[in-house]
Amino acid sequence: MTAPVLEVEDLRVQLRTPRGTAHVVNGLSYSVGPGETVAVVGESGSGKSVSVLALLGLLPARTATVSGRALLHGEDLLAMPADRLREVRGPGVGMVFQDPMTSLNPMLTVGRQLVEGIRAHGEVPKTEARRRAVELLGEVGLPDPGRAVDRYPHELSGGMRQRVMIAIALSNSPALLIADEATTALDVTVQAQIIDLVEKLQADHGTGVVWITHDLGVVAGIADRVLVMYGGRCVEDGTVDDVLERPAHPYTRGLLGALPDLTAPADELATVPGVPPAPTALPSGCVFWPRCPVRADPRCETEQPPLAVVGASGGSLPHRAATWCAEEVSLV
Amino acid sequence: MTVPAQKAPEAGAPASLRPARPRWRETLGLLVRNPTAAVAGLVLLAIVLVAVFDEALAPSGPNEIAVEDRLRPPSWAHPFGTDDLGRDILSRVVLGAAVSLRVGFLAVGIALVVGSVIGLLAGFYGRWVDDVLMRVMDVLFAFPAVLLAIAVLAVRGPGPGNTALAIGIVYVPIFARVTRASVLGVREEVYVRASRSVGASDWRLLTRHVLPNAAPPIIVQTSISLAFAVLAEAALSFLGLGTQPPDPSWGLMLAEGRGFIDLAWWLAFFPGMAIFVTVLCFNLLGDGLRDVLDPRQRTLMAGGGR
Amino acid sequence: MVLAGVSVIVFSLVHLVPGDPVRLALGTRFDQDTYDALQARAGLDQPLVQQFLGWFGRAVTGDLGVSFRSGETVTSQIAERLPATITLAFAAILVALLIAVPLGTLSALRPRSAVDRVATVLSQFGISVPDFWMAIVLILVFAGTLGWLPSGGYVPLTEDPGAWLARLVLPAVVTGVVSGSVITRFVRSSVLEALGSDHVRTAQAKGLPGRQVLTWHVLRNALLPLVTVTGVQLAYLLSGVVVVEIVFSWPGLGQLALQAVQARDYPVLQGAILLFALVFLVINLVVDLLYTAIDPRIRR
Repeated sequence: MTAPVLEVEDLRVQLRTPRGTAHVVNGLSYSVGPGETVAVVGESGSGKSVSVLALLGLLPARTATVSGRALLHGEDLLAMPADRLREVRGPGVGMVFQDPMTSLNPMLTVGRQLVEGIRAHGEVPKTEARRRAVELLGEVGLPDPGRAVDRYPHELSGGMRQRVMIAIALSNSPALLIADEATTALDVTVQAQIIDLVEKLQADHGTGVVWITHDLGVVAGIADRVLVMYGGRCVEDGTVDDVLERPAHPYTRGLLGALPDLTAPADELATVPGVPPAPTALPSGCVFWPRCPVRADPRCETEQPPLAVVGASGGSLPHRAATWCAEEVSLV
Repeated sequence: MTVPAQKAPEAGAPASLRPARPRWRETLGLLVRNPTAAVAGLVLLAIVLVAVFDEALAPSGPNEIAVEDRLRPPSWAHPFGTDDLGRDILSRVVLGAAVSLRVGFLAVGIALVVGSVIGLLAGFYGRWVDDVLMRVMDVLFAFPAVLLAIAVLAVRGPGPGNTALAIGIVYVPIFARVTRASVLGVREEVYVRASRSVGASDWRLLTRHVLPNAAPPIIVQTSISLAFAVLAEAALSFLGLGTQPPDPSWGLMLAEGRGFIDLAWWLAFFPGMAIFVTVLCFNLLGDGLRDVLDPRQRTLMAGGGR
Repeated sequence: MVLAGVSVIVFSLVHLVPGDPVRLALGTRFDQDTYDALQARAGLDQPLVQQFLGWFGRAVTGDLGVSFRSGETVTSQIAERLPATITLAFAAILVALLIAVPLGTLSALRPRSAVDRVATVLSQFGISVPDFWMAIVLILVFAGTLGWLPSGGYVPLTEDPGAWLARLVLPAVVTGVVSGSVITRFVRSSVLEALGSDHVRTAQAKGLPGRQVLTWHVLRNALLPLVTVTGVQLAYLLSGVVVVEIVFSWPGLGQLALQAVQARDYPVLQGAILLFALVFLVINLVVDLLYTAIDPRIRR
């Protein structure tokens, strides 16, 4: 196997809030290979977004404490000086944010926002950067890119804006693309188009992708691997087939139970009864036990289960889950 | 020709997250934990107490003339010194507090009652009621504040009551706008619509649901307006249009002390300080209240007065 | 519309002033013939509605009538005062922006830092301090004790630029500090809001240098509220600094209006208030135009 693009080891994020310290990410480890797509799934508040914002140093420095390692081609993002991190943002890691309505600057044309990103990384003449911008807009499927380049964000639809966001993220041919709920705000057709687009670009450029979502339909469509997050931890990971077809964690099981048909776009995952734990007051024991319908082991309420290999893997990767109750779940 | 109603950035977020009722106890608790606002509140309380018990607290009569003691610098006998007629400045500042605060509260009271009612009606009934009322407010708002007050005083003649009326009229449109904006945010709330659908009367809707929930920005505006009312009273008295001599008023004392500024700085300094501290405290309290009650900042900051 | 409304109010307000203005203007030189002549000239012998329509009709053409006190036309009196007022207003807004933009931006960039706290305290002071008191204290210090600057008056720029500037400094600082304090708070909150917006995160994620993010994605977007508040402050400065004008013996419109009130010289008062309302509307219009220039979303 080739060297991974990104290797995250024991990532921890704490945020200071008025209600005390929030333990938002608690020891997250994963890796992304070239051309590979890792889906990170979980409910709102499970720490997905924070975990990727932390990688690029985009959390507010005054309130966030980040520890662990995140190696991008062997270079630790978390230990980088600010100048170097700025160079990495763009060519190293491109990022697409959730809300296409607010993630673009309403005051500047689409073209300007692309051009400034291109010109921030290398001496590119203005005309050349503009030509690149038009080309990129064409690549992401904007009709009439030559005119779209001079449009302002409010003149474009949500789907078109999200394509612009993707064009911006890809404008410096990043080694890694992070898509944070990139299609959540879009309607189903546009969503499908954008997923196709990312897959095509990935095939062309060999980009590694981290796709954050709470939509299991998207996961089934796009991911090679799945990482299920709960309470700031990875509670289950493995190939998409393992996790979606043979879920070992009661939480994953619950998420899937909420899904009538894997090929159809999913509802939100709110059908697991109860709410996620507040990161300011995580339960002792297994993070999931207060909502867990299984609770078959005496250790559930006292000891956090480690991430351990479960069952026989169908693929090349280990299928792991952090639960005391994997056997009981597999019997359901 | 019409004037765009308001340029301040509109509160963008939907108001649906608003609690059903402001939690007064929690508000007080939060306010106490904001040290600046708490201190400002305490100082104001002290100033109000001084104003209420002015006669008892003042070391000597405000108009006790002692020519042999004229223009004395601050000393133990006269901590703030004496003026050109030998009157004790501390006593006059203490008595001036009563005048300033009375005018200030009266003025804001007028503006609050009239403005809120107008804003409430405009916001709640909408359509032509809104159009007519708010256009009138626009016209009033287009007047320069100080000049409007001066004109009202020219018509009504000087004196504390008329000063309060003049300042009150200036602030009516501000309260009307704040209330209207606040009511508009509340009007379409689920609980209001629900209440309407079960046939609650307009009066009940207004008093039980709309007003309590629209109140926070109005409260904040009240505190800030008090600051400006005290300031305006001082300015009008300074111009000779407000409180008339020999009554002690901070603005008037400043005007009288101005002529002696080279000789005796304390004549103008202490009344000015009294205005400054009072206004500052109302502003700080208003800020504290805003942080607690109105995080989305729907209050018109600083209004038209400044 | 608003202008017409303002006119009606101005007109009825000044006609409610108790006392006969003509009699007052004549003072001791009273005799019936002059009285009748003056009253006829001012049209006061006609019914009120007719008076108003006549006045309004003439006002539209720039004829605001004749001062009771001096016998000059109101238009010429206003024109005479206009340069001083405009000079002071623009000097003050310049001072205000020079204070507010850097201070507000700095404190928004480092919220809760020492700079922010100092800026917050200073702007709170500036808003709360009575401007006429600050004027008196500054006169005491800079004109009295130090003797660096004159204590008041106005010299036209064309006559003596040095004297013009020396007399402008103190009033401009006093009014500028007050306005600047208000604007500082606006700048701080609008920069803070811009800083927290999603597109700033996008700009950072693109790897833009910090300065570029600040200029094009934060300050550029904070410009709109700044234009609004600056417009409001300018309108206020052009019409409302009566007290500061009095303290500095600055021959501006505020002083004229105050004198008109005191002398019951109501053609002048009417004219001045109408002008202020006009200024308010013109500034609103300019702010609207600037909006269109700044914000592409408003452009059609």
